[in-house]
Amino acid sequence: MSGLRQKPTPGWLPFLPAAWLVVFFLVPFAIMLTVSVAHRVQGGFYEPGFEFDSYMRFFSVFFGRILLTSVLISVGAAVICVLLAFPFTLGLARMNKRGQTLVLVILLSVLSLSEVIIGFSLSTLLSKTAGIGNLFAALGVTEESRAYTPSLFALMAGMCYLALPYSVLVLYPPVSRLDPELGEAARMMGASPFQAFRTITVPMLRKPMMGALILVFVFTLGIYLLPQVLGQPQHWTLSVHITDQAIFQSNLPFAAAMAVFLLLVSLAMVGLSLLLGRDKGGGA
Amino acid sequence: MTELSLRSITKRFGRMTAVEDVTLDIPDGTFVCLLGPSGCGKTTLLRLLAGLEVPSQGQVIVAGEDQTNVPSEEREFGMVFQSLALFPHLSVAENIAYPLTIRGRPKADVRARVEELLDLVQLSGLGDRRVHQLSGGQRQRVAIARGLTIDPKVFLLDEPLSALDANLREHMQVELRQLQQRLGVTTIVVTHDQKEALTMADMVIVMNEGRVQQIGSPMEIYRDPANAFVAGFIGTSNLLPCTLNDDRSIEVFGHRFEADAEDRIKGDPGSGLMLSVRPEDVRTEAQGTGPTAKVIFIRDLGESIQFVLDRDGHEITALYAPSARPDIRLDDEVGVSFAPGKRVVFPA
Repeated sequence: MSGLRQKPTPGWLPFLPAAWLVVFFLVPFAIMLTVSVAHRVQGGFYEPGFEFDSYMRFFSVFFGRILLTSVLISVGAAVICVLLAFPFTLGLARMNKRGQTLVLVILLSVLSLSEVIIGFSLSTLLSKTAGIGNLFAALGVTEESRAYTPSLFALMAGMCYLALPYSVLVLYPPVSRLDPELGEAARMMGASPFQAFRTITVPMLRKPMMGALILVFVFTLGIYLLPQVLGQPQHWTLSVHITDQAIFQSNLPFAAAMAVFLLLVSLAMVGLSLLLGRDKGGGA
Repeated sequence: MTELSLRSITKRFGRMTAVEDVTLDIPDGTFVCLLGPSGCGKTTLLRLLAGLEVPSQGQVIVAGEDQTNVPSEEREFGMVFQSLALFPHLSVAENIAYPLTIRGRPKADVRARVEELLDLVQLSGLGDRRVHQLSGGQRQRVAIARGLTIDPKVFLLDEPLSALDANLREHMQVELRQLQQRLGVTTIVVTHDQKEALTMADMVIVMNEGRVQQIGSPMEIYRDPANAFVAGFIGTSNLLPCTLNDDRSIEVFGHRFEADAEDRIKGDPGSGLMLSVRPEDVRTEAQGTGPTAKVIFIRDLGESIQFVLDRDGHEITALYAPSARPDIRLDDEVGVSFAPGKRVVFPA
């Protein structure tokens, strides 16, 4: 049985993921960079060139407002998601194993719904003719049915619906690993349930919470359909404008420039939050 | 004065009864070990004392006051958890200071007390370390110091030494005992290690299946086990079926042993009884003296030599000092005797 000697791992194997990254990320990114500095042909397509005309358009009040809107909406969605997901996950971790599995399966199945389905379902649900407005009117809460969409509320509801499962999935492992004896130890030492929560549970889960915030922020920054379906034009985010420029205005250079900019903004936000969330003592 | 009493405490989880009808009194300043196999209810009993569980029935009385429904944070007890439950996001000093900072004590007082405690557990100078930078034994000390920060009325420890290696564990047992004697605090330690219980405690409470089996000093528990469970759980015991004659002589495998005044006999003639003898109190004799048994196993343990004998399917273990080794071999038929005064008889 001397033929059973194990073959060593081939030396080229580590290069495979690298090649993958080059082909599917670096090359498209390079194309996008090239397009962003290309020359736009008015009424036509674009021709190769090297000019910063597209980038110059960022320096306007109009564009600043769009950027601010995008960031604020994503930050808002991230904060709301984590505020909802945190107590939810704490409760989930206290359920028995069967209950936990059931809830997690339901959460995962939400992920299988596409942005399109969620967007149009919500716009129907919040509409005047077929939505919950009728229910409120029938119950006598309001005088008559009204539409709750398009609005910032509808947009936030859609984004949170889409991102909440992700924030729960990020928080669940560390929360379920949290030793219940830590809370009990705090109680034995004289902390009320709320004090134990504030001084032990929250600080110990600060890093996962930061992680969930970043994830939802980056995730919602790229959503371009929901703002069009559920939001008003002033809620259109950078992603919507990129789609608009690329598909409807045929201004690929400008769309590419905005995409590069969006990438830089999200990188900056992630870096900033990592900096803020760093453990001061350098502990575990 | 912090004496502690439990009055017919019962704790049920659903249909499972973890602790059943436990009544006991612990005098002030006693070092108590709750001893039993895993799942015997000893940890539940400790949690009931701590206020982390509420009993289904019965009362917890601390220093004469009924504290059954007082929440843990108001009991002013100290506790060391099995996992130690040190806070990883706080430094050693902050961990020890936690009971005081949560009470809003002035910073200078807190710092002084923390220094005092670090000194007490020989960790001076390590206050700024993080918990994960400490060794197992050092973490143990931090947990103990943290439990003592507020001068607790009662100090509870749940299997505090189980994560340590054998050498360190023995060292910590002695240290914990010395600490308790110095501070005089009523201390209750849960353990499944009988050696640990016997070396540390003033008072051992042996539990099995949710019930207290015996309460006594280590010597009493070892020399005079109350029943077959205690005899089998504490050290090793030979448990043999026996009967008691009207003259209180003990009959084992058809052989009569005259009762000694020191023998502990807890049973009545005519009922099914059990004789318990420690291996070091079993002696092999020439054939014809005492019941006959066959040598089935001999083992040299270094400090002693063990002989395992068989009589009608009952194993009898005898332990000899190497210097007193009898001249017997495997498969020999020998007589067996039990040292007078060291025999315990109780209902089977």
